[in-house]
Amino acid sequence: MHELSIAMSIVESLEQEVKQRGCGPVEAVHIRIGGLSGVVPRALRSAYEMAVERTPFANSRLVIEEVPIVIYCAGCGRSRVVEWPGEFFCPECNTQSAEVVSGRELEIFALELPT
Amino acid sequence: MTGTPRIVEVRRNILKRNDEIAHSLRCRFQEAAILAVSLVSSPGAGKTAFLEKTLTILGASSRPAALVGDLATDNDAVRLARSRAKVKQITTGAVCHLEAAMVEEALRDWNLAELDYLFVENVGNLVCPSSWDLGEDFRVVLLSVTEGEDKPLKYPTIFNTSDVAIISKIDLAEAVEFDRDVALANIHAVRPGMPVFELSAKTGQGIDGWISFLKARR
Repeated sequence: MHELSIAMSIVESLEQEVKQRGCGPVEAVHIRIGGLSGVVPRALRSAYEMAVERTPFANSRLVIEEVPIVIYCAGCGRSRVVEWPGEFFCPECNTQSAEVVSGRELEIFALELPT
Repeated sequence: MTGTPRIVEVRRNILKRNDEIAHSLRCRFQEAAILAVSLVSSPGAGKTAFLEKTLTILGASSRPAALVGDLATDNDAVRLARSRAKVKQITTGAVCHLEAAMVEEALRDWNLAELDYLFVENVGNLVCPSSWDLGEDFRVVLLSVTEGEDKPLKYPTIFNTSDVAIISKIDLAEAVEFDRDVALANIHAVRPGMPVFELSAKTGQGIDGWISFLKARR
């Protein structure tokens, strides 16, 4: 259940951001989770609910954008999305590629604040 | 009164604090000319036997050390201490992985200038450790022949985020009908180009190549 550690890191980040910006309550937190980040969105959602309990973020929503794994295929000369769990072969021409263009993301992208 | 919410772009890594600690560890290792290597595997893949052998051989001509993570007990540290290397146990309690802060804390009373190699053995787990940078130069994933050739396909993320793979317990390969070619193909399917060392900590077969690799990287 490492998602709880991730959720607690999100809360810690929120505390810092709110302090730095001097802003009030946070309505929603938008995060981006790559297919190679090692984090399962559904597990993170439950963990987030636990982590925000009795914090100023208890009523905030967690909005998760799942980022697909994209590799660069030298065979086709372009980026290709690979299914995961899967293998690092181009879905079009079957060339193997270790060049990951995206999919490792584990970031807080934006905050929704009340106007 | 309900207004349209204001969206503020933040763009910060969720594990920012861990990354900062990992970065500072990496700088300290570099300054002290230490090669730092982390190890991950499922429980029972032979991490500790492999590490004991590695520490013993390196100890003949250099100063290796190890941190070992487990949920409980200091059995592994006691075992590794037989190699005469400097060893410390990190007990994580209920936590299923190591984080950079735990490594930093464990090293608090160590003088890094006295070391050449630092091995960090993660908690036996092929899922949770993958997201945390520990400041290591590279991550090694162990796969024992008794686990089956398809482990890399079942746990692709940890294999993909590792830099070197070790196939351990090859002295048992024949008994368990281990298919070497399939295992290698599976490792490279999820992490193309990853260097692989096949070895047995028990018989010492294949250890030389691994030790030379470490010496060359340092």
